Amino acid sequence: MAVVRELPVAGVRERRWRRMQAFARNRTALVGLVMVALLFIIAVGAPVLSPHSPIAQSTIHRLEPPSREYPFGRDDFGRDILSRVIYGTRIALLVGVLSVAIGGVAGTVMGVVAAFRGGRIENWLMRLTDVLLAFPDLITGLLILAVMGPGLWKMIIAIALTITPRFSRIAHGPALSVKRRDFVEAARAIGVGDLRILLRHILPNIVGELLVLASLWTASAIRLEASLSFIGLGVRPPTPTWGQMIRDGTVHLTNAPWFSLFPGLALLLTILAFNLVGDGLRDALDPKTQA
Amino acid sequence: MVRYAVRRLLLAFPTLLAVLTIIFVIVRVAPGDPATAALGDYASEEAVRALRQRMGLDRPLWLQYLSFLTGLLRGDLGKSLITGQPVVDQIRHVLPYTVELTLAAIVIGLVIGIPLGIVTAIRRNTLVDYVGRVVSLAGLSVPAFYLGILLIYLFAVRLRLFPALGAAEFSRPGAHLHALVLPAVSLGLIEAAYVTRMARSVVLSVLHEDYVRTARAKGLPERIVLFGHALRSAMIPLVSLIGLFAISLIGGSVLTEEVFARPGLGKLMIGAMKQKDYTMLQSIMVVYAFIIVLINLVTDLLYGVVDPRVRYE
Repeated sequence: MAVVRELPVAGVRERRWRRMQAFARNRTALVGLVMVALLFIIAVGAPVLSPHSPIAQSTIHRLEPPSREYPFGRDDFGRDILSRVIYGTRIALLVGVLSVAIGGVAGTVMGVVAAFRGGRIENWLMRLTDVLLAFPDLITGLLILAVMGPGLWKMIIAIALTITPRFSRIAHGPALSVKRRDFVEAARAIGVGDLRILLRHILPNIVGELLVLASLWTASAIRLEASLSFIGLGVRPPTPTWGQMIRDGTVHLTNAPWFSLFPGLALLLTILAFNLVGDGLRDALDPKTQA
Repeated sequence: MVRYAVRRLLLAFPTLLAVLTIIFVIVRVAPGDPATAALGDYASEEAVRALRQRMGLDRPLWLQYLSFLTGLLRGDLGKSLITGQPVVDQIRHVLPYTVELTLAAIVIGLVIGIPLGIVTAIRRNTLVDYVGRVVSLAGLSVPAFYLGILLIYLFAVRLRLFPALGAAEFSRPGAHLHALVLPAVSLGLIEAAYVTRMARSVVLSVLHEDYVRTARAKGLPERIVLFGHALRSAMIPLVSLIGLFAISLIGGSVLTEEVFARPGLGKLMIGAMKQKDYTMLQSIMVVYAFIIVLINLVTDLLYGVVDPRVRYE
């Protein structure tokens, strides 16, 4: 009997090289992850970390430039911008995480149920998804928020509704292909119920892709929240939000540029952090990019 | 090709109808009465009733829906609740500004993004690639309005090279173009980040194709392999992506117009929202819907031109 001696396995050097490359790729995810963790610490520890009150006004000190005591300067009401930026992390993360959680679950359920049920339900759900996807996220969010009116929860719901079709589109495809696989057929043959098949066999197969999407859309949700606040549809003052701060600062761009620039920098870094995590995750999960 | 075009055109109508219906549903059926919203909480009951009647809100819903659609067919978008002027006139006035801004941004995005995407793909995992990827990720992470503010601060406030706000009329081309530069660059740079990423991944996937290996194996010079074989077919998916970019730019243009206080569809929409001018809001959404369906249609037709396989699906 012939024995296969040489299996077509990558050599040690090649494997080591690949592992190093994978590590390099994951390093971006790691940097992002550390940044995200820091953001959560800042959000939770805001009362301890902020040097001053985010809402205490002092009109004589309005628009003071950055100093040792007030590193980011003061805004048009004399409030400490650094403290407001720190507190602003709370709204940004709250809206980002909650809207993606709500929209992500709703969208995933929509996509998976459509794939699973098939027939007319699938047809209608996916057509609705496509129509909703045709619009840019900002326009959808704007329209929903304009109709509902401003407020924290309305903002979260508006962004969640914007996110829902993106998840249902992504969840639908893989769910459809997994549904036809033999192990699902086998599970069904031995009498496993629909819900169990969904939870045990279909969800685990698409969870990676959904995590990538969740991370990238958290970045987008935070961008959306800031954009809507910037337009003036956001959470009511005096709750500090970055978008609102940037908006208030634009008037003073010539005489107090720090007013807009620092909150914007915080916003940029936050969005970047979630994008890094999403990108790194995608690279790590996608075997094709490791070739 | 003609058959494909006709079929695609017919397919656009149900989509458009669905989008229009969703807009109608969101604006009319959503909680809150447009008339009350427009007049404020302290308006008298008679005033609200009179406005409801003027807006046709007292009629049954299906009748409202029908007159909404027939109005559109006649090109009638109704009158603004605030100014009383026909909405069509106001939209016609600002539309050229938005179209011009969007086109300029697409050009900037493509001119920067495509070469950068190709270079980062070819020089994969080198310093050029890493720098290119970091820059494009940063571009994807910066909100359109913040980039606008940064550019205003740098080039208008500090260097005084360009005007910070507003736009000049089309009758003064010099001043007009001068005022267009910053908004267009601000929107275009973000687009360039998207284009770079897309172009990079498209070129990367093409470089792994068999025919590229064949071309190399038969000893063609690398230049011909790249430009003759790889990039030519990479252009096909890029064509369809341009449509996607154009649509994503519509979202960005709303913010850019707001930051630069430029007249445009987005600025008009935000104004309508703040004043609770629901007729105006609904009409602008309808215009957006038309533009988006049109872009999708044109993209698909172009795709049919560059890739014959699509026509026979």
